[in-house]
Formats: sequence, C-alpha cells, structure tokens
Amino acid sequence: MSDLGLWNVLIAVIGGAIRVSTPFLFVSLGETITERSGRINLGLEGTLVFGAMSAYATAVLTGSAWAGVAVAGAAGGLFGLVHGWICRLPRVNDVALGIALMLFGSGLAFFFGKAFIQPSAPQLPAIPFGNWSDLPQIRAALQVNVLFLIGAVLSLVLWWGFRNTRTGLVVRIVGDSAEAARAMGYDVDRVRLLATGAGGVLAGIGGAYLSLYYPGSWNEGISSGQGLMAVALVVFARWNPLACFGAALLFGGAGALGPALQSVGVSQGYYLFYAAPYVLTLGVLIATSSPNHALAGAPGELGQAK
Amino acid sequence: MVPFPQSVRNVVPRDEDAAAVVPEAPPPGAIAVETIGMSKRFGTFAALDDVSMKIEAGGFHALLGENGAGKSTLVKCIMGFYAPSAGSVLVDGREVAITNPKGAQARGLGMVYQHFTLVPSLTGLENLVIARPRVPAVIDWRAERAALAAFMERMPFRLNLERPVAELAAGEKQKLEIIKQLFLKARFLILDEPTSVLTPAEAEEVLGLLRAMADRRELTVLMISHKFREVEAFARSVSVLRRGTLAGGGRVGELSRDDMAAMMMGARPVRAAPNRVGRPDPDRVVLRIADLRATDASGLRHLAVDALAVQAREIVGVAGVSGNGQKELADVLGGQIRAAAGRVEVGGEAYDGRRAQSRARRVRVIPEEPLRNACAPRMSVAENLAFRAFDRRAERGASEGGAVPGRPTVWLDTGAMRRRARDLIARFGVKTASAEAPIATLSGGNVQRAVLARELTDPVDLLVVANPCFGLDFTAVAEIRARILAARNAGAAVLLISEDLDEILELSDRIVVMSDGRIVHAVSRAEADARSIGRHMAGHH
Repeated sequence: MSDLGLWNVLIAVIGGAIRVSTPFLFVSLGETITERSGRINLGLEGTLVFGAMSAYATAVLTGSAWAGVAVAGAAGGLFGLVHGWICRLPRVNDVALGIALMLFGSGLAFFFGKAFIQPSAPQLPAIPFGNWSDLPQIRAALQVNVLFLIGAVLSLVLWWGFRNTRTGLVVRIVGDSAEAARAMGYDVDRVRLLATGAGGVLAGIGGAYLSLYYPGSWNEGISSGQGLMAVALVVFARWNPLACFGAALLFGGAGALGPALQSVGVSQGYYLFYAAPYVLTLGVLIATSSPNHALAGAPGELGQAK
Repeated sequence: MVPFPQSVRNVVPRDEDAAAVVPEAPPPGAIAVETIGMSKRFGTFAALDDVSMKIEAGGFHALLGENGAGKSTLVKCIMGFYAPSAGSVLVDGREVAITNPKGAQARGLGMVYQHFTLVPSLTGLENLVIARPRVPAVIDWRAERAALAAFMERMPFRLNLERPVAELAAGEKQKLEIIKQLFLKARFLILDEPTSVLTPAEAEEVLGLLRAMADRRELTVLMISHKFREVEAFARSVSVLRRGTLAGGGRVGELSRDDMAAMMMGARPVRAAPNRVGRPDPDRVVLRIADLRATDASGLRHLAVDALAVQAREIVGVAGVSGNGQKELADVLGGQIRAAAGRVEVGGEAYDGRRAQSRARRVRVIPEEPLRNACAPRMSVAENLAFRAFDRRAERGASEGGAVPGRPTVWLDTGAMRRRARDLIARFGVKTASAEAPIATLSGGNVQRAVLARELTDPVDLLVVANPCFGLDFTAVAEIRARILAARNAGAAVLLISEDLDEILELSDRIVVMSDGRIVHAVSRAEADARSIGRHMAGHH
C-alpha cells in the first residue's frame, strides 16, 4: 500500500469520526444528564431509533429537515418522561424498565416507519470547512454537520452548567445523595423526571441525525446498537460532558475504520474492522473495571436496586 | 405567654432582599426553645410521652438517655421531621407550627445529624452555597468564595472548603456540618451525639467553641449525648429521658454522675464486667501482620501496617478516629479487600480471608454495622445463624451445636438448621418474634447478639471485631463486651477495632493507635493513658 493510502485512511477516519460521532455525542450527553441525576435510562437506544423514524417521517411530510429534528426531540422527550414517570412508582427498577422501553421504542418505530423506507427526505445542512483544500478526500472529511457543532457547544455548556448553575448542582446532589437532596427540600423524583426527559430530547435529536444526515435514510437497522454503546461511553467518560465529546469522537473514529479501509481497497477481513466500536466498548468496560476500586466519579445513587 | 419578640423581630435582619451573597455580618442572637407536653405515638407504641422542657436563650443543654429513650424522636418533633401526636413548640416564648425542616431553618433552628447530610461528591464550598434557601440560577464562584472566606473568618474553626466532602475525614465533615448550620444562620443548634466521630481533642475544641458562642448569647445549643464526661464539661443544664418520658434534669454541677445514671437507667441492676482470667500467651502468636499495604475501594484511604501481632488470650484494641485505616484493616482480615503487599499470617501460615482458610484456622470476623456487613437482611434469623455451617452436614451423632464441621453437603438440612437456631436464640437471648422472622426486623442489639451467637459458639482462635457496640444500649453493650472478654479468657486472640476509646480501655490487654492508615502508638494496658492516646489519634505525636 502506498503512503497516500495510509493518509487516505487517516483522513477518512477523522472525517468518519466527525460524521459518525454525532449520535454517540447526543445520546451520551443525554445519558450523562440522566445518570447524573441518579437514574439509568437504557431505553435511549429505542429513543434513538424512534427519533430517527419520526424525524425522517416529518421531514418527508413537511419538507423541512429542521421540523424533523424538532419532532424527534419532542418524541424523545416524551419517551424520557414516560421512563421517568414510571420509575417514580414504587418497586420499579430503572434498568428493567429501560430495556422494555428500548424494545418498545424500536418496535413502535418499525411499525410507523414501514411507509417511509422508500420516499426520500430533505437532508440536514453541512458546512464545508474543507474548501481550502484541493483534495476531494479532505473536502469530504471536513463536511461538518451543524448538529455536530451544536453537540460540541452543548458538551461545553453542560460541563460548565454542572459546576456553575443551580440546576446543575441540584441534579448532581439528587444523583449523589437523594437523602441530602430531600433534606434540602428538593423533590428528587421531579428532578429525575426532568433529567430523564432532557436526556430523551437529546437522544431523539441524535436519532434525527442518523436518518437525516448520516447514513441519511430510514431503515430498521439504522442504529445497530449505537444507543447502547453511548450508555457504555458515559461510564468511559466518567459522567463528564467534555470527556463524552472526546469519547464520542473516539468511538466514531473506530466506527469509520471499516469503511475507510474498504475505500482504499483493503477487503480482507474488513468486516472485523466493522466490529471495532463493539470491541472498543468491551475493551473500555474491561479497562475501567477493577475488583479493587470503585468507579471514581460515579453518581452515588446510580444503580441502587429497589 | 410572654409578649416579647415584636421589637426583636425588627432587630433581626431578614433576608427577603437576598441579593446579598453572604449572611449579614453580626450573628443574630440566641433564641429560647421550649416544648410543652410533646408526645409522639407510632401505632400503639409511645415513643415520646408528655415531655416538657425549656432551653433558655444562650443555654447549652444536654439531652441524656439510652438508645430508644426518645431523644431522637423529641428533636425530630422539634425540627418538623415528625408531626407530634400532641404538644407544641415555643420559640422565644411564642407557639410556632413547624411542619418541615425547611420551616425550622427559616425560624433559626438547625440540626447536625449523626449521619451526614452533606453531598459527598460536592466540595465544601458547593455544599454550603447550595444549602442556602435562595441560590442564584448562575453561581458566581469568585464572589461566593470571597464571601465565604469572610464568613469563615468569624468561624471557630478552619476548614479546607475546596475539597470534595468524600475526601474529608469524619471529624472534618462534622465541623463542616456545624459550619453549614451557622452559615444558614441557625440560632438554636441541635447536635446529635456530635463527638462520636471526633478525637477527644477535637471534641474539646468544637464543643468548647460552641459553648463560648452560647456564653456570648450568639447561639443556643441542645446536645444529645450519652457521655457523662462531655455533659459535665460543656453543658450548663441537662434533661434525662427514659422510655419516652422525662426522667429528670437540672443544672450540671448540682447532679452527680450517679444521679444522672440512675435517671437514665431507672432501677435496674448494672452487670459488672467479667474478670480477666489468665495472661496473654507470648509463645502463641495467633495473628501476625508484616508490611501490609492496601487501599480501599474509593482509592483514597491507604493502609500501611508495618508490624502487628496478637497473642492467644490477648485483646489488642485498635483505637483511632473513624476513617484512619481501621476499617480497611478489618476488611483485609475479612477478605473484603485484597492486600497490595505484605503478609498476614494466622497460626504461622499465610491468610487472606477465604472461607476454607477461616474455617481451618478458626478465624471469626464481626464487622461493624453487622446488619449490613454480616447478615443477609431479608433472610430469616435461622438462615443467618447458619451462614458458617449450612454447607456442612454434621456427622451423625455429633452434637447439634456443631463443634466440628462435618463433610460438605449439597442438600441443606433445614431441620437441623432450625433446631440449632432455636438453641442459639435461647442461649444468647436473641429477642425475635420467631426463628423464621427476617433478621432485619430485629433491633440493633439483637442483630449483634445473633451474629455473636453465630461466630462464637464454635471454638475460635482469632476473633476480629469492629465497633461491636456502636449504637447499642447499656444492657446490650455490657453483655456483648462480656462475651468478647469470655472468648479471650477461653484462649482466643482478639483484635478489637473500635472508635469508642472507653471500650478500648475497658477491654484491651494492649492498645495500638491508628492514624492516617499507620500504627502510630502502642501501649500496654497498665501504661495506657487516655490523654496520650487521644494525642496520637489526632495525629500529633
């Protein structure tokens, strides 16, 4: 393979990281908000798929991609609120409920989405940051979607907000010690309901990106578990929105490795490279676990069985 | 009723216009609190029955009583946690309706709980700021920091507010809790057994400073305690509760310790501690620890014990302020955390706390908070009593007490388990509805009795006990200490880890002090001196 081939792979991976990471970013930011409040929402995979479907359907019907994003966000928020509302009932386990909602969201999306597999929808706009270059590979890699930029800004805002706003502190308190929060007079269930709702909105928008930009069409295999991987990514990122951004780029890059290799003609075993994000997920979970140490930075209320 | 506060209310600054970040500079004065006919019933059980007491402004009042005497119930009624069944609270002579802790806070009533209410992952600064009744939507940390620095200038003790609370030692958390109440402008402060996590020197410092504030009439203090020494040194007046009723009270100095003990206990014989029989056997070192290094699950606390040995028929007491490595030491011996380096030997052979080893070397560990750490709370008393032996079938004809563990078995002999449970429940005086009741339904003392019954029926070579009497009442304490001493008299080596210095001094043949994960002091029973031990606990040596 020539030198140029290696460069091509690198450029394609960087471009892929930017392109593929956006859904990871949105879902993981949403999950960070939810988990910081002390609850796990595994249903975000279902929310992501339903977001993709509803965004695509809306874009087809209205002709506006942004309307699709708005509807996906609203639908995701609704899913989040349902999760949050059911979780506040006694003896409901958030993990089990999340799995149920994951299947429900996907199933509902497939049911309503059948009619929208064929028609094509308007796409979300991208900003060409690569126009300075003559190389088509670089131009392609630096087509940056607006949602990616919004996600990047959002991770900064959330990182700042968890430290510097009352809302951020209250979410952290509720997630770390429900008892302390109650003693201060905060309504723990309400904070968690809203945090789960906000997490759902972001996951829905992540879904809109899938169907309206990359891969840019609606089909039933569109997510292939990205919503679940994003939940693992939150653990990897230690519940830190800025680290979520880095981790999403890393996972996105890993996801782009297979197609990039294929594009330069490496056909042997490239299916293995397609598995890179999943291998990375496993590797991350193993690397961050230890029999001797508790996970640093984990919200204290997380995963308390009831 | 006294027509009093109309003028006072105008003097006291109200923070309606709370644009100001800090509480106003001069601390408002102390307030008087009085309860009249306070009663609280839970179902048919009267936790509190017609308790009337008055704490005058600027007073330092102690509330004495055994566990379950109703002390916590009384203060929770005052603070609005419980709605009292009858009775009322007077603040500065006026009847007030306090329905929740926020309402209490608004009236200047604050409480420092035994379990901490700080948020572990937040820094001290964040904890203080967010506890305020009104927090701006966006927090200007630079202004807050400056304002708090000014506030801390007036505070009796120094604290690092930039560290997450999870990293603070228990004593520092306690101080931060008190600071938080003062920051929230508490003018009547309730302390629930405040010195249980402080070194003697820290206790002296904290209580001394609060007493000085009370003497300046900046603060009224109500302290729940069961330590006579503390009450005599700091309180000005005292009330004693027994079984939910006011058993007596008066001015400190006019009451002797015997008077107070009699009020607390009622007419009840106090059992004498059993005698120490025999001497430690220097030829039989049962536990030997060398160069042990370990780190707890949070990765924050490090254990570094260079040398520690316990002989047969010897109780070695490990003293120290909570969070200085004692728990980690017990966890290593119990197999809950792995040693990073070093050697633990029991009976001359390496030991890492596995079940087969503890059975072979006859090691028993009784961790602190036994309901959480040594029991399966929702399983029955009988099942919990069988944890050591359920997977062994006693040889036919062997005694039901099961002195010798038999062959491994797959099928449980539930009949034998039940018979053994009944036998142990009777012998150790465990009060339970039945052997089939979930062990979580038992009181703290009875859980500890059940655990001791499980661990001490068979012959024991090494017994590791952590805070065995924490939160138990006098009767249970005396009985449990007697059992530990009896195990020692029978030849066991005992490592007693305790935050209660009196307990250590009473039981130990030898005392070591842990500070910052290390053993910093070792002294024999005869030479033990509470003051020098206290100094080493505090890390000054």
